[in-house]
Amino acid sequence: MACESWSSKLDAYVDGELASPEASAVAEHLRQCAACTADALGRTQLKRSIAIAGKAYAPSAEFRSKMMQSINSKSPRKRLWLWRPLMATAGLLIALAALFLYWNQRNTERTRAYSELTDLHVATLASTTPVDVISTDRHTVKPWFQGKLPFTFDLPEVQGTEFTLVGGRVAYFEQSPGAHLIYQLRKHEISVFIFQDRGTMSFPSGARPELSFSSESWVKNGLRYFVVGDVSAHDIEALSQLLQGAG
Amino acid sequence: MEVPYDRLPSATFEDLALPLFDQLYNFAHWLTQDASEAEDLVQETYAKALRGFSGFQVGTNFRAWMFRILRNSFLTSRTGLKSTVALADDADETIPSAEPTPEDSLIAQANRESVRHALRELSVPFREVLLLCEVEEMSYEEISQTLTIPIGTVMSRLSRARKALRVRLQAKLQGGPDGV
Repeated sequence: MACESWSSKLDAYVDGELASPEASAVAEHLRQCAACTADALGRTQLKRSIAIAGKAYAPSAEFRSKMMQSINSKSPRKRLWLWRPLMATAGLLIALAALFLYWNQRNTERTRAYSELTDLHVATLASTTPVDVISTDRHTVKPWFQGKLPFTFDLPEVQGTEFTLVGGRVAYFEQSPGAHLIYQLRKHEISVFIFQDRGTMSFPSGARPELSFSSESWVKNGLRYFVVGDVSAHDIEALSQLLQGAG
Repeated sequence: MEVPYDRLPSATFEDLALPLFDQLYNFAHWLTQDASEAEDLVQETYAKALRGFSGFQVGTNFRAWMFRILRNSFLTSRTGLKSTVALADDADETIPSAEPTPEDSLIAQANRESVRHALRELSVPFREVLLLCEVEEMSYEEISQTLTIPIGTVMSRLSRARKALRVRLQAKLQGGPDGV
């Protein structure tokens, strides 16, 4: 015989209607009481028998098709106009997805270009011979690139500013040679990269404080400039303006 | 937040109501015990639901709402009225003690047809509460919404309905030809 105090809860227990602390209490009791376990099992079996036996009647095919037609014909006009917002929504979603993919792609390209050039900057500074031409004189550095690059560029006069030209070397970015110039500002090194602009490259600009580097990029006379360093964005901008005003 | 249906896309009624078609028909057939009456009842239910859909509050239980319409339509039908007359006696019927005993193992052996037979013999209130709970797998809350009775009544009616069914099954298995 099942325990009277528990058997009143067994229906709700097998129906999954007991709150969790109560259900746990019943489960705990069932582990210890064979009579109640048999009772709960009987109730579960009865539930299952009714669930199986209760699925007894299916509508005839004729009745089903008649009802489907009847329900569908009740609102044919509404169904048509429903397609329009649906199509519009789908179109909008596709456009948004395309835009997102495009921006994502652009963003990835930018991040990649940024990372590559920043890596180049860091690797060069870590090298024992960071520059191939050592000179603070732009009239020495610029001619050094002649014959090494398929383009020429102008460098600003930095005398009288806080910046000092350290030197330069040939760098490669996306299989193309370019100029890598290093400037110094209060013992901080700043890299200036100059490449032919292909229009396909996209660069970020502005400070990237999360990486402790600031950068600036622009295109002038078909050349892409990229300035990067661990100085403040303000200093990067100052050097950028000098370079932009050169020539 | 509840939003009146007429502010929602219009196809929602079909989307919500069509998947319930088979379940509603099964329930209607159990109530009416007749195929043709069940068809009429389902048809009436859909017609009423479509008309009343603007009053349906999104966020409330649509399935319970549809079953409630079907059941109310049944109760006002000729067969339904007859069954409610008998219901007064049935609902108060004294159920012989049917505490689960080892005999319950017999229920496990009861075949589908004998369970159906016992279900058909139950009064409508007992039959419908069992069907909603076991076949439709409705929660007590949903059953309470469908039958418009308090949850406490759902629980006590379910318990009595199960006892009544168990008693009938035991009687059949012990003596009737419907047994195993």
